[in-house]
Amino acid sequence: MSYFSDIYKGIKTLLTGMSVTGKYFLTSRKGAITQQYPDNRATLKMFDRFRGEVIMPHDEENRHRCTGCQKCEIACPNGTIEIIWDRGIDEETGKKKKKIDKFVYHLSMCTMCGLCIDVCPTDAIEWGQNFENSVYDRTALTRVLNKPGSKLMPGVED
Amino acid sequence: MDTTTIETNFRSEEYFINMGPQHPATHGVLRLLLTIDGEIIKKVEPDLGYIHRSIEKMCERDTYQQIVHLTDRMDYLSSNINNEAVCLTVENALELEVPDRVKVIRTIIGELTRISSHCLWWGVMGMDVGALTTYFYGFRDRELINDIFEETCGARLTMNYNVPGGLMFDIHPNFVKRTKDFIAHFKTKLPEYDKLLTHNVIFQKRTKGIGILTKEDAISFGASGPVGRASGYSCDVRKHHPYSALDKVKFQEALKTEGDTYARYLVRIQEMWESLSIIEQLIDNIPEGEYRVATNAVIKLPKGEFYQRVETARGELGVYIISDGVKSPYRLKFRSPGFSNLSLLNHIAVGGKIGDLVATMATLDLVIPDIDR
Amino acid sequence: MIRALSITRSIHDWLYSSMSENMAYFIEMVLIAIVYLAIFAVAGLFLVLIERRVAAWFQLRIGPNRVGFQGLLQTMADALKLLSKELTGTEKADKFLYNLAPYFVIITALMALAVIPFTQDFQAFDINIGILFLIAISSIGVIGILLGGWSSNNKFALIGAMRSGVQTISYELSIGLSLLTMILITGSLQLSEIVEVQKSGWLIVQGHIPAIIAFMIYMIAGTAETNRAPFDMAEAESELGAGFHTEYSGMKFAYFFLAEFINMFIIAAIATTVFFGAWLSPFGITESIPILGVFWFLAKAMVLVFLMMWFRWTFPRLRVDQLLTLEWKYLLPLNLMNIVIMALIVWLNLTIQF
Ligand code: SF4
Ligand code: SF4
Repeated sequence: MSYFSDIYKGIKTLLTGMSVTGKYFLTSRKGAITQQYPDNRATLKMFDRFRGEVIMPHDEENRHRCTGCQKCEIACPNGTIEIIWDRGIDEETGKKKKKIDKFVYHLSMCTMCGLCIDVCPTDAIEWGQNFENSVYDRTALTRVLNKPGSKLMPGVED
Repeated sequence: MDTTTIETNFRSEEYFINMGPQHPATHGVLRLLLTIDGEIIKKVEPDLGYIHRSIEKMCERDTYQQIVHLTDRMDYLSSNINNEAVCLTVENALELEVPDRVKVIRTIIGELTRISSHCLWWGVMGMDVGALTTYFYGFRDRELINDIFEETCGARLTMNYNVPGGLMFDIHPNFVKRTKDFIAHFKTKLPEYDKLLTHNVIFQKRTKGIGILTKEDAISFGASGPVGRASGYSCDVRKHHPYSALDKVKFQEALKTEGDTYARYLVRIQEMWESLSIIEQLIDNIPEGEYRVATNAVIKLPKGEFYQRVETARGELGVYIISDGVKSPYRLKFRSPGFSNLSLLNHIAVGGKIGDLVATMATLDLVIPDIDR
Repeated sequence: MIRALSITRSIHDWLYSSMSENMAYFIEMVLIAIVYLAIFAVAGLFLVLIERRVAAWFQLRIGPNRVGFQGLLQTMADALKLLSKELTGTEKADKFLYNLAPYFVIITALMALAVIPFTQDFQAFDINIGILFLIAISSIGVIGILLGGWSSNNKFALIGAMRSGVQTISYELSIGLSLLTMILITGSLQLSEIVEVQKSGWLIVQGHIPAIIAFMIYMIAGTAETNRAPFDMAEAESELGAGFHTEYSGMKFAYFFLAEFINMFIIAAIATTVFFGAWLSPFGITESIPILGVFWFLAKAMVLVFLMMWFRWTFPRLRVDQLLTLEWKYLLPLNLMNIVIMALIVWLNLTIQF
């Protein structure tokens, strides 16, 4: 008799399984988890902590906060950041001071570990939310983060 | 179902077949050299090294802060727990006491990671035995955890949220709410997992009595995590050597004695429930305080050898550091759970059919970068 | 014995009046072949689309919705893509058999399509051993799969093909026996006559309990016969990569793929004919408009196709020995018992008739 009860139980479990998928079939239009990505660009907002790329914010007068201390360069595990620096005369104090010439960032090597942003004493760099980083030419992934002609914000010391 | 071997007069010949490195069931670039007689498996030889990145060697060059992010890339499904392991080792070596807040947050995130890893495993397990829909249901729930991680840590897979001394930044204000929402959601979905797969008669037939690993073998092969516990080997590091806030919570170690594929499956399902209960116990009273204690910018461990183990979603991960007092370790060795769990595959898969091998392998829950490092 | 709808009768008359009888007969055959090829292609592509959409809905996805309105042209685009693909193959394959195999599969599917009574007069070939013909034809299809797996010189393909052979040979039996159960009521193998009998109630109602059991067995065996999940041993992508068609690409792969879907439709169509009154409308509500028969037929078949899709997207796959256990230990004895019960019911006149 266990032969028949096995069949009965088996069929019952199969039907239970079907009821689960069946329920989702009927409610699928509401419950769809697909994001139609390129279409929803306008509404797609990444979380503010999302690690898309490293950026260096500038204010309206084209000034950034990077003192060129190179801490980020040392902290980076894979040589993503290269800081080309120089010594210039500080306008206010007239002393010689380190300043960055170019903050080179190789996005292609970055592992988004966040150590550079973590160590930066002046919060000069932060996370950008842009994630559409595909390009046809790999050299386009090497970026200079400080804008041309930008200066250090006054009062920022490390 | 016991498979009976029938003596025949036919001359049968064993043949050799290459499963992988590009094969849907090996979940990555693992190559299995199978010797088969008809459908019956005679020998399984795993061939590793397709995704070896010499992470251990890279660790010898990196500072302790930098090592943490490399562990994200080992067992990428439990990256937070890997991070925690390295951080704990460094903190222990420095005799640094981290604030309670850090401990609790680390535990919650670790358990969320475990659930997310098991969700993915459940989906893939279903897929390996042929029920494709489970994959999407598993991912649906995993996505919610990933959202929590993304909001708090900034990344979905390779978080690098732990640093020696605490956490990189504080949890997001939404973290608690999102986690609670997830718990409520997942509690309604886990019974569905059971309805869809666990109780399914075909699934039970496919997994019960397949790939049996005895307790003795589990111990001698160094099996850990759900694989060991399904054989009755109580090996939960969280229970026996609690770390972070795990000594403050009550939970049951998921133990089964059958040691077959179905037992390994059940252990993981039960672990999801246990993880939910751990998170529930902690989420409402995350202590206030610092999220990080300051360390030197250049961490130098004292001379000596340090070992710390944690329980990742796959089993026991050990971090063994030999330091000679400079900013990077002299030698760092990871004891990865996947490697020892893979080593017993030949032992338990021989005699089964190809379908059994696939189901067995699915319950070993292999992550190839974890094995190859 | 070629019947056609009344619209086509004029073509028929015109052909016979304008040329010799043999010539007209020949041209008519060609015309019908073209019509059926068109049905084959359209139905195949449509079913693939439905399958993808249905699968997506089961899996909380959206499914193809880019090409054409709501993705209606998606499978067309896929077919075009497959057409333009390179036909690769293995070096040491048995070239002749390797190329022959896909045709074997689609030709058998097409032949089976010919006997299906879409509506009153829409049946290309109303042979008096209809059911037998269908069963026989559908088992030839497996030869294509065996040849494909054998000749492509790939061990995965070979395992897939052998599994498929084992499976079809066993489940052939259940299909035959479950249909035989129903034939006890109809007393005829001819499809048009089977439909005729159902004018006094669909067979699943007439034969009640044994008929329902027979239907369940038929659906299980039918799913197995078409190599669909949970019986997709021949493909079993998580075990064998792609199974018997591992080495096929481009259009040859598409033939296998289309044939699988047509076979699914054929299994559903036979079930519709034998259990659910083919083109007969429920309670005869649209008896007066014969062309609506096509609609009813397709609607019923689609429901059954949907059921098979539902199976596929819910259940795990069986293992090869469990597949045989299911057939020989469960379906076959049940089936034999069922036949006896059915015979008793027919003998004692316990069928329900309106
Ligand atoms: S995120 Fe990490 S890898 Fe990227 S630049 Fe910063 S330190 Fe280097
Ligand atoms: S970005 Fe920050 S850490 Fe890097 S050089 Fe500039 S100030 Fe120093």
